[in-house]
Amino acid sequence: MIRKTAYSKIQKEPLGIRVEGLSKSFGAAPVLRCFDLTLERGKRLVVFGRNGSGKTTLLKLLSTRYRPDSGEIWINGNSSRLEPNAIRRSIGVVLHNPMLYEDMTCNENLRFFGNMFDLDDLSDRISDVLGKVNLVSQKEQKARNLSHGMQKRLAIARALLHDPDVLLLDEPESGLDKQMLDDLGPFLFKSTRGNRTIVMATHNSEIGLKWADEVAFLSKGTIVYKASRVDMDEGRFHDIFLQQLERAT
Amino acid sequence: MRELIRPVFVIAWKDIMLELRTKDIMVSALIFALMVIVIFNFALNITPTMVDSLAPGILWLAFAFAGVLAMGRAFIAEGDKGSLDGLLLCPVSRDAIFFGKMTSMFVFMVVIESLVLPIFVVLFNFDSISFNLIAIMLLGALGFATVGTLFSSIAFNLRSREIMLPLLFFPMVTPILIGVVEASSGVITDTVNVIGTGRWIGLIVVFDAIFLVVCPWAFGVAMEE
Repeated sequence: MIRKTAYSKIQKEPLGIRVEGLSKSFGAAPVLRCFDLTLERGKRLVVFGRNGSGKTTLLKLLSTRYRPDSGEIWINGNSSRLEPNAIRRSIGVVLHNPMLYEDMTCNENLRFFGNMFDLDDLSDRISDVLGKVNLVSQKEQKARNLSHGMQKRLAIARALLHDPDVLLLDEPESGLDKQMLDDLGPFLFKSTRGNRTIVMATHNSEIGLKWADEVAFLSKGTIVYKASRVDMDEGRFHDIFLQQLERAT
Repeated sequence: MRELIRPVFVIAWKDIMLELRTKDIMVSALIFALMVIVIFNFALNITPTMVDSLAPGILWLAFAFAGVLAMGRAFIAEGDKGSLDGLLLCPVSRDAIFFGKMTSMFVFMVVIESLVLPIFVVLFNFDSISFNLIAIMLLGALGFATVGTLFSSIAFNLRSREIMLPLLFFPMVTPILIGVVEASSGVITDTVNVIGTGRWIGLIVVFDAIFLVVCPWAFGVAMEE
């Protein structure tokens, strides 16, 4: 029932992600302040910002992992307050932590999460995503025995397993070599239903600009610059990027 | 209903499989329970007539402390590599996650009880095992697992979780603890205690039922950040 409702909304809703008046504090420290965002379906937004600017918090709020203090999030027309499970079904999330069980093999980890998503044809899906992240030969290895980069690839496989329409990526490039990132790009960008809506947080301007349809800079919980990749003023972007780096150091 | 029950079994099976592989919970809890029983066996000069009156206290002391040790480990596996986040990002209700963890904890408690009881029987020449006693042990395990799962999840995020878990857990589980000791005593000695064995069992059932309603709700609140 939930899946039918979510699917019918996906057909009608032109916006992949809509955020209005989002605020989040931890204790007395505000992390996001009255944050607004719209992102069309199938577009890729890359969010830059120095440490502590609120990138990870934004992704955790979008993923429903955090509950906002105020404001509202809609993903494919589903409200994070009213239909969090419909959102969880439509998103794939890669955070800093790979979110894996270390004493389970790659296959067992993916099978567990596949069962939690109640997926059909699980064996085929597992073979498919392990192929995409080039971990077929490590299928029966325990997650704890994988290198950091391999764990990251397994985390990406877990995020892709249910073929989500939306991907939320927090520095997916960390631990991955350039070749792997280039190979992974097409699998991340497209689902079986078309282009994925992607929000990605990163410090890496090279990969960020390469993947982005839109870029945004986050500072102290608000967007200080946002532009589409096509209309972006490269000089202004690099000025802000350097400014952020200087502040960080 | 399937959307609730299926993830419960998926989570419980995952926990049991991980425990069979690592044996983190069972080994520490069993050793602790056995230590309690062995120490009492040597410390008290127990005669066959005393066994029945002392058995409820010794048994439940061993179960309670072994249980809290086991519960302290229940969410440790979820801490590995942020897998609790992965669990909470699955499209299932928080109730399903709670009942999944609680089911596995109940199974661990029952296994601890079923391994400790025969050893107690041998060491203390205890011959008063009955269906009623086993039913009381199962009801006690259910209450312990329900409350323990909640406080284990809360303590998981605290800095001094090893200290906080017993501090949170024991005051809350005291009504069940009193109930199981009194009911076990009534069943073992076959005597009528203050309010009657049946009423003590009724008290345990009522508290189990209350905790089975309140704890999943509180877990959902506790998991929101």
